[in-house]
Amino acid sequence: MTDRLTSTQIAWRAAQDIADGAYVNLGIGFPEMVARFQPPGREAIFHTENGILGFGEAPPAGEEDWDLINAGKKAVTVKPGTAFFHHADSFAMVRGGHLDVAILGAYEVAETGDLANWSTGPKGVPAVGGAMDLVHGAKRVAVITEHVTKDGKPKLVKRCSLPLTGVGCVTRVYTSLAVIDVEKGRFVLREKLPSLSVSELQTMTGAELVLPETITDLIVPEL
Amino acid sequence: MDKTLPTVAQAVAEIPDGAVVMIGGFGGSGAPIELVHALIDRFLATGHPRALTVVNNNAGNGHVGLAALIEQGMVKKLVCSFPRSADPRVFTEKFLAGEIELELVPQGTLAERIRAGGAGIPAFYTPTSYGTDLAKGKPVEEFDGRPYVRERWLKADFALIKALKGDRLGNLVFNKAARNFNPLMAMAAAKTIVQVSAIVEPGAIDPESVVTPGIFVQGLVEVAAPAQEEELNRAGARYPEIAA
Repeated sequence: MTDRLTSTQIAWRAAQDIADGAYVNLGIGFPEMVARFQPPGREAIFHTENGILGFGEAPPAGEEDWDLINAGKKAVTVKPGTAFFHHADSFAMVRGGHLDVAILGAYEVAETGDLANWSTGPKGVPAVGGAMDLVHGAKRVAVITEHVTKDGKPKLVKRCSLPLTGVGCVTRVYTSLAVIDVEKGRFVLREKLPSLSVSELQTMTGAELVLPETITDLIVPEL
Repeated sequence: MDKTLPTVAQAVAEIPDGAVVMIGGFGGSGAPIELVHALIDRFLATGHPRALTVVNNNAGNGHVGLAALIEQGMVKKLVCSFPRSADPRVFTEKFLAGEIELELVPQGTLAERIRAGGAGIPAFYTPTSYGTDLAKGKPVEEFDGRPYVRERWLKADFALIKALKGDRLGNLVFNKAARNFNPLMAMAAAKTIVQVSAIVEPGAIDPESVVTPGIFVQGLVEVAAPAQEEELNRAGARYPEIAA
């Protein structure tokens, strides 16, 4: 058993919770990986902020159409059922509660569901993109993240220290060690790596974990 | 009625110093590069326009299009959501040197502010940015028990946008995801200038397929084979080209 999940394995785990027919927005970067692990027989429809629903995979190099890109400005393709729309409609889908799931990265998540994922502080050029919109409106706002920072500091905390993206918006966190729900301002442990004890996990978490009767083993294939 | 214009130079000839100019596109997708370059040509020839306020989702990439406009020092303020790109050096250097002002707006709020500007709605409430640094100083009100931030409309003197096809009445269709902010900006500007790959006869666009009705368009100019910002950047292009 591994000590922690790889990014790919975290993405795989998050993908297992996406239902057939769900409308899903994946944040730029790491969350985009979730699309690769849709369980067989399920068809999710992916939304990108710049105005596409149901886009296909990246085209082969040299066949890009630069009018056909995703929010990360990477080339994508159309497939049967793709729809285009303008930016106001795109964010009406977001804020209007029409998306089933948004999956985002995080610097910090607080037990209150507050998310910090857009700014590491006042230095440099600030850039927010669609992050502050995406945390409002999707029925589920999930985060995928390492459980701790590179320096070993908890990313799941009582209160965020970095600038907030949204208040009380995160509903579930998939980490390299566990799956944790945010319920009534508390972290509720749902799944953890079997090799890890609850107390070990607690020491790597910056807020108290609520322990329900059943905590499932977090088991992910080698990918 | 004929809204067509003969050249990109004539299309941008009226934009004055200090104008608020919306420029369509999301990164390079849907960016009216030829209109922007025509504006740079005019500036290099006449010294005008300058001190522009530009509204765009981004802040340019490389040394072409919006980045080139910023590089020439024509832009005093930028309203955008994401001033980063593969090569954001032009904006970054000007911003860190205090030579350009930035109003950072969440992307969906930017889109809706522009839409509101075009729709005659002076302000609206949105959940976006509540409790964050970007809501500071803005009024907050509760509706049905949830807090919302008040945002103002955004209007412009000119919009420079890009579409695939247009007729002489200004009815437009766009190309794939290059639609993005273009139809919204067309609504929000006093004068909207469009570059299209093809000007077609009225009736050639199915009325059911018109995305932007001509009422939102004041001028259109044909640019038959428009450049793509991404391809220009991959080729290391600069605008204007530096003479060898």
